[in-house]
Amino acid sequence: MSKGKYGIHGGQYVPETLMTALNDLEKAYNSYKNEKDFNNELESLFNNYAGRPSRLYYAKNLTEKLGGAKIYLKREDLNHTGSHKINNVLGQILLAKKMGKKRVIAETGAGQHGVATATAAALLGLECEIFMGEEDTQRQSLNVFRMKLLGAKVHPVKSGTKTLKDAVSEAMREWTRRVDDTLYVLGSVMGPHPFPEIVRDFQSVIGKEIKKQLFEKEGKLPDAVIACVGGGSNAIGSFYDFINDTSVKLIGCEAAGKGVDTPETAATIATGRIGIFHGMKSYFCQTESGQIAPVYSISAGLDYPGIGPEHSYLHDIKRAQYVSVTDAEAVEAFEFLSHTEGIISAIESAHAVYHTMQIAPKMKKDEIIVITLSGRGDKDVSMIARYKGVDINE
Amino acid sequence: MNKISEVFKNKKALIIYLTAGDPSLNKTEEFIVALAENGADLIEIGIPFSDPVAEGEVIQNAMARALSKSINLDDIFNMVSNVKKKVSIPLTFMTYLNPLLSYGYDKFFKKCKETGIEAVIVPDMPFEEQKEIKDFTDKYGITIITLIAPTSDERIEKLAKNAEGFIYLVSSLGVTGVRREITTDINAIVSNIKQITGVPVAVGFGISTGKQAKEMIKSADGVIMGSAIVKIIAEHKENATPKIADFILGVKKEVQ
Repeated sequence: MSKGKYGIHGGQYVPETLMTALNDLEKAYNSYKNEKDFNNELESLFNNYAGRPSRLYYAKNLTEKLGGAKIYLKREDLNHTGSHKINNVLGQILLAKKMGKKRVIAETGAGQHGVATATAAALLGLECEIFMGEEDTQRQSLNVFRMKLLGAKVHPVKSGTKTLKDAVSEAMREWTRRVDDTLYVLGSVMGPHPFPEIVRDFQSVIGKEIKKQLFEKEGKLPDAVIACVGGGSNAIGSFYDFINDTSVKLIGCEAAGKGVDTPETAATIATGRIGIFHGMKSYFCQTESGQIAPVYSISAGLDYPGIGPEHSYLHDIKRAQYVSVTDAEAVEAFEFLSHTEGIISAIESAHAVYHTMQIAPKMKKDEIIVITLSGRGDKDVSMIARYKGVDINE
Repeated sequence: MNKISEVFKNKKALIIYLTAGDPSLNKTEEFIVALAENGADLIEIGIPFSDPVAEGEVIQNAMARALSKSINLDDIFNMVSNVKKKVSIPLTFMTYLNPLLSYGYDKFFKKCKETGIEAVIVPDMPFEEQKEIKDFTDKYGITIITLIAPTSDERIEKLAKNAEGFIYLVSSLGVTGVRREITTDINAIVSNIKQITGVPVAVGFGISTGKQAKEMIKSADGVIMGSAIVKIIAEHKENATPKIADFILGVKKEVQ
């Protein structure tokens, strides 16, 4: 029997060598997820270490400038390590520790998940090895050094396109090499079951907090929740608690790169087809003959040819809407948010800000939009300067 | 008895993997003929995939070389029908699921039947996901080869009971590739499988020399070699045919 299905998506399309490890992980997760001690420990890490709950901030300037719906920002950028990635990582590394694992491995694109994993591994005393595309290690050399500072070993991945998808493949290969004492800490709601479920559950703290905080401030549900989507972990974390609240529009913003009608895009829902890759059935950007397509986005965190299986399902049943935002549009939103609110968000999150700029003016003043700001933008500043042709003498 | 089990009848089987289209499909055809003439009992033809997660560097590179010539499945089927006129040993495909899903399962397995492919080995399809293609393999009489790994433990019974053709026993943890030593206790796993099923067991992953092959077939019914051959092809390219033939002759002496 195949497990972890979201409609036709999901499953466990992995080499036999990993099946026992996935079954063990599923068993361990199912037993710990309802255990009081585990949840208390995780909550304590969330609150005392990661800085949760993250703020739900009423963006007054943004609201007034756009002149429509009331806009709130869910400030995941204020978490320790600067993004939502820490939520999932603390959960998975605590789980690894409980399972008696000595070592964790992880993939990373821009380095956010790698830094978060190295951080939590340092805190909980586990060995940590990070796989990062060679091209990304060059583009994000500061994060490579940061991971090393945290005691992790960083492996530049030289295969394929030398980016995020190859880092995932290499981390999976490494897990088949050494599975007994090692847990693969996957960074998004993707890969084989039980990862999409585990990562979603640990990230769902975002949506739960949004609901509670907005109720305290406004006494009602939001009209729309908007988040950027690569693999889709901050988006599913934001959406999950609202899935049954059908009045709440759920909108995922994909990276269109240079445009969905160009080959230089990473918009999976807009341009992909059903496929099987990295352990899951879902939508993937691929060639006519079923080879995984090289993808492109200005944002290394959204530069992935697939999307988590639960998003594909939410798309199929039309519960969530997926839109695409180009590099130029994201950069526009990045700058707009910076000077309107004094918040430099991650370029990933700027994709969600851009879509809000499009729809907010058309909405009523008593309607509410919540944007999840998945991360902070320090990592992107020099890249944005280069994009704009500004010499910042790095 | 089907064609696959026949290769294990009264002898130890030598199974050889190579990647279709590396360095070209004409050469793949020539290599298959040379392999068959010099002692290979069954051939696994690898369908190149952009992101083969179960492969080590040697086969990853071979697939990348093949894909750089932009060969597709129709070209590979043409090559198979041509080579079928020249060799009589069973031919199988080693493939990831996505190229097949993209091509269409029904069309793919229909063409397997038409061109004479006996079985498929799908490294990213564990037993639990076999229903992905089972209706089609049943419809066209294509065997799905079951893989068993050193980590399969309590799964072995379920896997072995449902196996057909032969069981592909993964000799060691990790991905495909040449290894100096193999540390897994193959004999113990083989004897475990033998208590459950009479389906022959062939051992693969990391076996690169006749000596290693000889060691493996003390308990197993056959041995699978891939990266060692692919390395020779990578090194000698268009001129690899005599080198492969020599290599197979040497190994065959050890596994008889």
